[in-house]
Amino acid sequence: MTDSSDSQGPAQSPAQSLAGSPILQVRGLAKTYAGGFQALKPTDLEIRAGEIFALLGPNGAGKTTLIGLICGLIRPTAGTVSVGGFDHVRAYRQARALIGLAPQELATDAFESVWATVRFSRALFGKPRDDAYLRRLLEDLALWDKKDSPIMALSGGMKRRVMIAKALAHEPRLLFLDEPSAGVDVELRREMWGLVRRLRDAGVTIVLTTHYIEEAEDLADRVGVIAKGALILADDKEALMRRMGRREISLHLTTPLAALPHGLGDLPLERVDDGARLVYAFDARGEAASVSVLIRRLSAEGIEVRDLETRESSLEDIFVGLVGGPR
Amino acid sequence: MNPLGALAIYRFEMSRWFRTLTQSLLAPVISTTLYFVVFGSAIGSRMSAVDGVAYAAFIVPGLTMLSILTESVGNASFGIHMPKWSGTLYELLSAPVSWWEAVFGYVGAAATKSVLLGAVILLTARLFVAYPLAHPAIMLGFMVLTAVTFSLFGFVIGVWAEGWERLQIVPSLILTPLTFLGGSFYSIAMLPHPWREVSLFNPVVYLISAYRWSFFDRADVSVPVSLLATCGFMALSLVAIWRIFATGYKLKP
Ligand SMILES: Nc1ncnc2c1ncn2[C@@H]1O[C@H](COP(=O)(O)OP(=O)(O)OP(=O)(O)O)[C@@H](O)[C@H]1O
Ligand SMILES: [Mg+2]
Repeated sequence: MTDSSDSQGPAQSPAQSLAGSPILQVRGLAKTYAGGFQALKPTDLEIRAGEIFALLGPNGAGKTTLIGLICGLIRPTAGTVSVGGFDHVRAYRQARALIGLAPQELATDAFESVWATVRFSRALFGKPRDDAYLRRLLEDLALWDKKDSPIMALSGGMKRRVMIAKALAHEPRLLFLDEPSAGVDVELRREMWGLVRRLRDAGVTIVLTTHYIEEAEDLADRVGVIAKGALILADDKEALMRRMGRREISLHLTTPLAALPHGLGDLPLERVDDGARLVYAFDARGEAASVSVLIRRLSAEGIEVRDLETRESSLEDIFVGLVGGPR
Repeated sequence: MNPLGALAIYRFEMSRWFRTLTQSLLAPVISTTLYFVVFGSAIGSRMSAVDGVAYAAFIVPGLTMLSILTESVGNASFGIHMPKWSGTLYELLSAPVSWWEAVFGYVGAAATKSVLLGAVILLTARLFVAYPLAHPAIMLGFMVLTAVTFSLFGFVIGVWAEGWERLQIVPSLILTPLTFLGGSFYSIAMLPHPWREVSLFNPVVYLISAYRWSFFDRADVSVPVSLLATCGFMALSLVAIWRIFATGYKLKP
């Protein structure tokens, strides 16, 4: 019996490990640039297969550096990266074949047509020609009618989408989008999010950076925050919001309150707007008194509540709390 | 191995060239014609034969070699410098392409252009003068060898250069003087005493002299030595490129 269970173990594990197992493993990855500036402190990170991971952080935090290190654009000072189990130096061919990268900087071959450039990207990654796939890709990115235009004749947002198309041309398993929505209009941004979700549903793992926190809140399964070259957290978005998010009950009073009565000293109440409002704040994990108890306690002190509203903190509030405000 | 990737780079580089094919080919045709009008007809008619070869014919190999050298360095350095400058190099760096596959694409395309250009110059020259061709196969071999070698060298310069001005420094400061003093328009046997010996330190002298041998079966220097020196320079450039990719020198911060 022990024999059979032993032989079953390894046979089952690859299939089991497909979902939720790391497609990217970063160990002690660090970068000190030539000038001596440490842009990334030794960093560990795991990205699970099939998830959308949003990397947040203020300008200059080290997001692009981290992505550049993983994708082979920057020489690591220390650390290892493995993609789908392949070391990105020793097995760079297998590792890189899995990765698609749309960098932050717009860099395109101005004179090439959209069609020629995506075909080039596909071939560069060693994939045989597949015009049907590329057509679908350009259609998905609303670029199909521009396929014969030279890239220099496109708008900035279109160029951004061309770079995403190039990144996807070889059907990568792990896609890096460094600020994909920068310069893309609202409507197309929504469409792009749709595409990102569809890619995820198709099994592509996505790591994106963004300065639009609502984007991360909307899209991401997990969120990482980098500040001053250190990955200060990487967590499930829901868990993060539960753990760090705050809930607030804002109580509008009929008559402004000069001071908080001593009888309410045990409650996390704050007097705002010159006593016109009381704010009852608690972190999402903390036990909250029920609203009715709260109102009863207030009326016991002769405080009359005219209106109340509740608010849950967003990822943005959490972010601001962590890094002291996005710049 | 990623042959598709290597081929994609090669195709990309060639298509860039084909877009400007008219200029690419017209320029050397015009300059060759000018050389022949000035040196071949105007001056050449007053010159005696060099080593028993009519002067107009004598300058054909040198002129061709001159163009191949400058075009190889120019094409290859531009080819890699352009993506470095524009930022599109990120794609090559992130692609599953080995250094020699990248070299095949960039250097192969640059060398192809130079060889095609050399052929165009030889054909244009043919309109002015009926030069002999003693060893056609060796002539072609020399052309390809030189084109590849100097394209490799150009690739190194393209990576090394930071900015377009620097890209011009090596060609204009070193290569042009060397080629002009390399006996394109004269036989070093024609030089007076000290300059003749000094010229023997110029590698281009060997290149042109050996190439001329494939036309006229006559050389100032030893052809095998020239061949060996060229191969040596090629090996040196290859090692430089291998190191560049191994260390990320000027390619990756
Ligand atoms: N090649 C380089 N040489 C020296 N320092 C660099 C280099 N590239 C980036 N840096 C520095 O490293 C730090 C991190 O830069 P990085 O581009 O990773 O930031 P980021 O998080 O992507 O910022 P942003 O949101 O503005 O894109 C910055 O302080 C930057 O100045
Ligand atoms: Mg960045």
